[in-house]
Amino acid sequence: MTLQLDKQTYALAGGVVALLATASLAGWILSHTVKNDAARGTIQNLNARIKAWWIMVAIFGLAMATGGIGSVILFGLTSFLALREFITLTPTNRGDHRTLFWVFFVIVPLQYYLIAIKWYGMFAIMIPVYAFLFVPLRSAVAGDCERFLERTAKIQWGLMICVYCVSYVPALLSLDIPGYAGQNAKLMFYFVLVAQISDVLQYVWGKTLGRRKILPSVSPNKTWAGFLGGIACATFIGMGLWWATPFSPWQSAGMSLAITFMGFGGGLVMSAIKRDRGVKDYGHLIEGHGGVLDRIDSLCFAAPVFFHLTRYYFT
Amino acid sequence: MIKTLVILVAKLVSGSNIRWQGCDPDVRQRIYFANHTSNLDALVIWAALPAPLRDVTRPVAARDYWINNWIKRYLASRVFNAVLIERKKPTKTDNPLDDMLNALGQTHSLIIFPEGGRQASGEMMPFKGGLFHLAKARPDIEFIPVLVENLNRILPKGEFLPVPILGSVTFGAPIKLEAGEARETFLTRAQAAVKALNHL
Repeated sequence: MTLQLDKQTYALAGGVVALLATASLAGWILSHTVKNDAARGTIQNLNARIKAWWIMVAIFGLAMATGGIGSVILFGLTSFLALREFITLTPTNRGDHRTLFWVFFVIVPLQYYLIAIKWYGMFAIMIPVYAFLFVPLRSAVAGDCERFLERTAKIQWGLMICVYCVSYVPALLSLDIPGYAGQNAKLMFYFVLVAQISDVLQYVWGKTLGRRKILPSVSPNKTWAGFLGGIACATFIGMGLWWATPFSPWQSAGMSLAITFMGFGGGLVMSAIKRDRGVKDYGHLIEGHGGVLDRIDSLCFAAPVFFHLTRYYFT
Repeated sequence: MIKTLVILVAKLVSGSNIRWQGCDPDVRQRIYFANHTSNLDALVIWAALPAPLRDVTRPVAARDYWINNWIKRYLASRVFNAVLIERKKPTKTDNPLDDMLNALGQTHSLIIFPEGGRQASGEMMPFKGGLFHLAKARPDIEFIPVLVENLNRILPKGEFLPVPILGSVTFGAPIKLEAGEARETFLTRAQAAVKALNHL
């Protein structure tokens, strides 16, 4: 895959670095001015998050710099780690052991191989159709019928969320958009930026002005202020980045709105699962954020929708 | 070199997160006693220890399992420095308790699995008496309960390919044999101490 890294790509990257530098400075000032203990905890978590952001941005930047293949590998590894966290929290039986081996070591690499060779007709159905049929078949052969449907559904759901949905991010590189050839890296950058900045802004609005919770039974951290403020600001930022995309400013606003809405939905659903399993985070690989799945929950829901909207209207 | 590699692979495969909940890592003589669900248990607990502790800590393992091929023999003798004991037919001269006491000496710590075998279901079995005899013979040593979780899902009994589920190792607070405490009371208490470290 050849992707050109043009001036606009550098502008996006520069913007992100400037933003993080500002955040680090703000975090540093806050950590020196904060008075009480409760606030100190919040600021410590904030600074851990900012530090983790630097690392994640550096990794993402490196993957982008290699052209397409680095991004495919990066998201493939992300899927692997996310699925690992998901299956760890999901009670599976002894009878699923070999099914899981296939899932982790054959289906995950295969999906990303299909993405790398840009075989749309196959990567769009491999997991929903073929893996969907294979998983229960393999478990049935193992001969364990206890809670069979439940176990099968959980493995399939993990595959859909952690692998299929996430793989739509690097799949953006395979879209043939007229007048935008070779520039798809910017589209992927735009998508990840809008989805993640929406998370960050929802967090910031929620922490500063958040009072009324949207769905306290599902997520204690989601407030109306966070939801409305975060989505409005992220949509506005997305609109302002139209120059990096194949979209007009208003189209870009619409796309960003779709990304942020789906992202919010993803956070909500993944939070419901955590609540059900009685945990706060899926893991603790990323300091301050929790697990990989905690960080990418919004991408999972937004990526397929953004991909298909773009594919339908712009190719 | 191979040792470093084994430790790295153990940590990578099991994704272990390591919690010191009731005690801090310390090179003083200890006996770590843990639940036993997978062949990976001894390796993962041993790899979870910080390097200075690892150097003086020896897993106690079944001789029949660890000498039947050269890779296992190599790992047991050169990598973990395991104490291999006879669990099937102990005799006066080939007695696991003496082997363990000799292995402890004045510097070493041990990792033991008082259930005596692996449970496919993951349910804990009653502890065998060896732990009690060790506690009686060596009152100067700390007995640390250790809970390994999810390792039976990574590599269940009878499987040879591991699945990369996240495991965890939790070290609890030391327990002591009380003066005049009966064997069964102590063993039940020790088992409860391991169970209590459960996280899910």
